[in-house]
Amino acid sequence: MHIRARGIRKRFQDRTILDGVNLFVESGKTLVLLGPSGSGKSTMLRCLNGLNTFDEGTVDVGDRSLQAGHSGQFSSYTRDLRKLLGMVFQDFQLFPHLSVLQNIMEAPVTVSGVSKTEARLQALELLKSVGLENHGQHYPSQLSGGQKQRVAIARALAMRPKALLCDEITSSLDPELKHEVLEVLEKLQERGLTLLMVTHEIGFARKAADHIVFMADGKVVEEGKPSSVLDSPVADRTRNFLANILG
Amino acid sequence: MAYPAKTTKDLMIAVTSGMILLMQALLPFIFLMLPLQVEKPLIWASDEEGGAPYLFRDSTLEQKGFELDIIRAISAHIGRPIEFKQYPFDNLIPGLLKGDFDFAMNGLEITEERKKTIRFSKPYYIYRQQLVTRADEKRFQTLLGCKTTKGAIIGTMEATQAERLLDQEGIPKRIYPSPTEAYADLASTDRIDAVFMDLPMALQYALPDKRLRFAGKPTARGFYGIAFRPQDEELAKKVDSAIEEIRGNGKLRSILVKWNLWDDYQEELSPGFLYEEEGRPDFSGPSLIEQSQSWSFGQYLPMLLEGAWVTIELTASSFALALLMGLPLALARLYGPAWLKATALTYVEFFRGIPVLLLLFFLYFGLPAVSDYWGLGFSISLSPFMAATLGLGLNYAAFEAENLRTAIQSIPKGQWEAAASLGMCRTLAFRRIIMPQALRVALPTLTNDLVALFKDTSIASVVALVELNKQYQILAKSSLKFVELGIITAILYLALSLPLGRLARRLEHKLAPEHK
Repeated sequence: MHIRARGIRKRFQDRTILDGVNLFVESGKTLVLLGPSGSGKSTMLRCLNGLNTFDEGTVDVGDRSLQAGHSGQFSSYTRDLRKLLGMVFQDFQLFPHLSVLQNIMEAPVTVSGVSKTEARLQALELLKSVGLENHGQHYPSQLSGGQKQRVAIARALAMRPKALLCDEITSSLDPELKHEVLEVLEKLQERGLTLLMVTHEIGFARKAADHIVFMADGKVVEEGKPSSVLDSPVADRTRNFLANILG
Repeated sequence: MAYPAKTTKDLMIAVTSGMILLMQALLPFIFLMLPLQVEKPLIWASDEEGGAPYLFRDSTLEQKGFELDIIRAISAHIGRPIEFKQYPFDNLIPGLLKGDFDFAMNGLEITEERKKTIRFSKPYYIYRQQLVTRADEKRFQTLLGCKTTKGAIIGTMEATQAERLLDQEGIPKRIYPSPTEAYADLASTDRIDAVFMDLPMALQYALPDKRLRFAGKPTARGFYGIAFRPQDEELAKKVDSAIEEIRGNGKLRSILVKWNLWDDYQEELSPGFLYEEEGRPDFSGPSLIEQSQSWSFGQYLPMLLEGAWVTIELTASSFALALLMGLPLALARLYGPAWLKATALTYVEFFRGIPVLLLLFFLYFGLPAVSDYWGLGFSISLSPFMAATLGLGLNYAAFEAENLRTAIQSIPKGQWEAAASLGMCRTLAFRRIIMPQALRVALPTLTNDLVALFKDTSIASVVALVELNKQYQILAKSSLKFVELGIITAILYLALSLPLGRLARRLEHKLAPEHK
């Protein structure tokens, strides 16, 4: 299932946040969005699954499409589309009143109507795949940041999405914890899941991305294979950004 | 002044020093005046609220009443000014013993029981009790008929002979703070089926009302006397002689005639009549009063527990109502369209701003009048319990709405987004993700409010609901065991509110399982 965004424009008051952004990810591939903060990359990601509205453009996810000016994050149409796209947030947003297992079971049971036993089996399996099979009974506040993020990934996967949107999911983690989260993502790649990531992990991008899009000021400045964008950037903004990040 | 005052400070100093000079000049005169003040006025306590024809204010707010006339006559006779002090009727005896005033005169019946603690004056009026029913009452015409009529409830006043007579006969009663509410309730609601009170009250309030009818003849004769503390014997004697004087010279008779209270019974007050009956109310039989005065723990505890149960029921029902209304109000304020937001805000501001007491009075006494006024075919008369539940519930709903609203708002936006990203719709996200978290934020305040409401239920006694606090007042006033009963009542309140706190902590724990 591919994802395509065409001419996405978004204004907030008199500020233009997205200025005609185009994106395309093939099924099973990994796209990494790079860019300085304030470049609009997170907003772009949130437009893809309808968490943010946009003023112009179209988003196609498989055979579904989302038009500009849809009615917001809880409209029934964006809801259907969202079942195809899982999302993981920078600040985890696990449900603090539910155990790890309940966090993962919640949506399958209440949204998809899966039986509790089935949801439980699936949740245990997912926990195992992110290396947390012994933490099902814990509560989010009892986990480390890396563990929380792995639970969040498992929670998103429990809805069996075709693609996963990752919004700076390692940014609030200590370096040694980033590694355990990125490892999980690599495993998902191997299993053929489409990935869209906003990240600052250049190393991971070089290794794992099929395609890199560099954004600045709400526009796509440069895109291409990791080797071309990261090693021989054409645009000045890209060069400056990479120089700053790689020190 | 020699120097013009330049600044405010200068001016103030000048004024102050001027005042000090003036005071010094006046001081000798003040001392001179002190011995001139003959005697301090006597303080007379009575309840003018709904107090016609005893003591009341007429449409020009002037104080009137047959007791006021008698007081004036007594004052003239003993040569001392008498000053009025407003005091709740059902607290007159305790207030007297406490020393809040010099004597009480407010249709107080001379009874053997009261004579144990009170020095009564000679009687100034011979009262009888009158049963009043609705004009169309067909089921009964007498007290006895009342007793055999199933479900019949009789309204009366607390701490009166009429109340004790009803108790003695085992007739279900409802207690009113003054006759006005009782007769109004009888006329326009079906909360009570008859009113049994002293004849002067019936003459004043029921006789002119076409909806009401005197049932049978007045019964149960007794005497009104002025109540003194036993140690004020000297004063009591002076007043006694004053009463004898106005009985003898026809002054008392003319006052009673003026107030349309004179009847043949009052002849007994004439000089030369034998008073051997004084102090003994006319109805015979074993005095239940005598028995109920030998209050023992085993006797009043069940009554207090009964009151406590009413308190619990009232707390539970009104808090349930508060939550049931509070949540929709909170949601309306948060997510409603503009008009609904405004309506909810108006509700909150209104019910948070008016006193519960006022609300209760309106719901209980006001609503029946409203339906009467508009000629509605039905009467909106709430039972005491309903009125109290509604009043407290409506009031607390305003607070709980705000409490829940802020709690819901305190849940981060990211939680909504996380729920949305999993395909949840708005209601599902609210029910499963937001509300459970908001509840544990709100819980400490909810608990606080629940305990506050638990204690606020004592207000319900104004609508004739006998809950724990009212039961305490009634028992304490009858037995004069204020301390003993007070301690037991306090223990009951604590015994009930402490588990509330524990329950809340357990709930908090359950809602926040990660803090195990």
